[in-house]
Amino acid sequence: MIQNLIDGVLTGSYLSLGAIGLTLVMHILRFANFSHAELLSLGAYAALVFDALVTALAPVLATKLGPLSLTYALLFAILISMVLTGLSAVLIDRLVFKRVREKGWELSMVFASFGMALIIRNVIGLIFGLSPELYSKDIAFAMILSRDPLILVKPDQVFVLVAALALMFVLHLILSRTTFGYALRAVAENPSLAQVNGVNLARTVMAVWLIGGSLAAVAGVFYGLSHQVIPVMGRDLVLPIFAATIVGGIGSVYGAVLGGFIVGIAGNLALVVLPSGYTPSIPFMLILIVLMIRPHGLFGEARA
Amino acid sequence: MIGTISYLVFFATTASILAIAVLGLNLQWGNTGLFNGGVVAFFGAGAYGTLILGGTPQDGHLGGYGLFYPLALLGGMAAAGVMAWIVGLLTLRLRHDYLAIATFGVAVAFENLMRNAEWLAGGAKGVRGFERPLRDALGDGFLYNIAFFITVLIILITVYLFLERLVASPFGRLLRAIREDEEAASSLGKSPSRIRLTAFITGSVILGLAGGLYGTFYAFVSPQDVLPTLTFQIWAMLIVGGAGNNRGAIFGAFLIWGAWTASGWALSRFAPVEAQLYTGSMQFVLIGVVIVGMLMWRPQGLLPERLVVSQRGSKE
Repeated sequence: MIQNLIDGVLTGSYLSLGAIGLTLVMHILRFANFSHAELLSLGAYAALVFDALVTALAPVLATKLGPLSLTYALLFAILISMVLTGLSAVLIDRLVFKRVREKGWELSMVFASFGMALIIRNVIGLIFGLSPELYSKDIAFAMILSRDPLILVKPDQVFVLVAALALMFVLHLILSRTTFGYALRAVAENPSLAQVNGVNLARTVMAVWLIGGSLAAVAGVFYGLSHQVIPVMGRDLVLPIFAATIVGGIGSVYGAVLGGFIVGIAGNLALVVLPSGYTPSIPFMLILIVLMIRPHGLFGEARA
Repeated sequence: MIGTISYLVFFATTASILAIAVLGLNLQWGNTGLFNGGVVAFFGAGAYGTLILGGTPQDGHLGGYGLFYPLALLGGMAAAGVMAWIVGLLTLRLRHDYLAIATFGVAVAFENLMRNAEWLAGGAKGVRGFERPLRDALGDGFLYNIAFFITVLIILITVYLFLERLVASPFGRLLRAIREDEEAASSLGKSPSRIRLTAFITGSVILGLAGGLYGTFYAFVSPQDVLPTLTFQIWAMLIVGGAGNNRGAIFGAFLIWGAWTASGWALSRFAPVEAQLYTGSMQFVLIGVVIVGMLMWRPQGLLPERLVVSQRGSKE
């Protein structure tokens, strides 16, 4: 039970990171982006490639950080992957979503995002193969926190949680303390009025994709560290991430963080009462419950 | 010769069943602007419902009620309708993202439940023990397939005529009015959320009908039949054919099913053996490219919606 709770918090940390970007995009561009989870896979695979590259170029960096299975090389790779995934998100928007948006077919954006998800997921599968990959082949030994009841935590998981919380705090500072943060909130409230006040709409949209993409990359790598890197990871993550945004309220960054943890914890606690085969259905059950009791989520507001 | 004909009949039967599903989706998306991300769940509810109600008794899972076939089919359609009612009631008052996400979730949960709940529908092994109607009279061979194809064709035409009438009726105008401008429609005293719910349920019942026929055709349904792939295929059919146009929907169904079958055949025949594992991925990339490409270059589809103006304003 306590073990499930801890695992849930750790699952929640990468779900939250994924949900933040999704909720921002859904708030500013007003469409449910079904390809967001594919940015997580993109980030995970980019980190895999650059981890190998950095290790080959500078073998010194292949040393591990203390008790973690994480190497300095992978840390570098994560940074590169964040930039690359952010830029890919901008590029996908330029190539596809922007064009569909400008045609005025707002509802068609959802279709376009599904199409993009199919393309990205399967191209990754074609390039990297369908079998799972790992960042480190060494077995990471778990620390025993308590023997009765048995509670195990891997050092990597602690790192994932701390790093995720740190990133969220940085984002919180950006959103609440900088002019850019105000501009972002202004665009979300009323795009025309924000433009009248000198906010560059195109640049704000680009920034949203950059932030969303880079956080998705981190989330993807963290998922890979906790489980494995596999082309279909986006398919398995899309519903939990959407559930996190709905639980938190579409458009609320803090809601997305809380929603991510709620979905993660609920999924792991459900293992106590339900066979593990039913885990993929838990996010949907949460969505139904939230829609029944509080349709706009914990922090969301009613908006057409 | 008889082999070719019997294959064509098989192909046309599947394409016609899918065309019925595309017509159901067209009512939701094309005419009303409702995004159904879980087409396969409603299709699957129809298939599972029909087979469980109409099948012979089985050990270990629900079913075997041996109902008179048309009643079983109606039951399957009702199952799809009830599911649509629940999802629609919860989401149609909210912004459109919610319906997209909730319907996508229904499909995930439906497949997950069917795969795991052995007591319900046999789990991964699927529902067995269904006898195709009139099998005693027509046998199992070519004659049966021809008869079944004609039945499906008649149902397809009936659904088409029904939808054409519906779309041309005041109710159809109301659907388009809500799709184009919800506030204007409600200012005229219409209730958008109720009308949308009606359209969503009707479309889902038609999806359930297609699913029921599909299950009957194979006399078997398993979680493999309710994978998201089918949702993507049915969408591609509608977008390529032309959302809002019922003839386009049918045309798109035959075209995309033909292209899908042909590409699968070509890949399995000409692709090198070591690439065979990846034929699925290649087909998915193709279907993704078709969806995105159509939206970018010809969003109205090959046969666009024809907007009929019933009463032109006088020009003074």
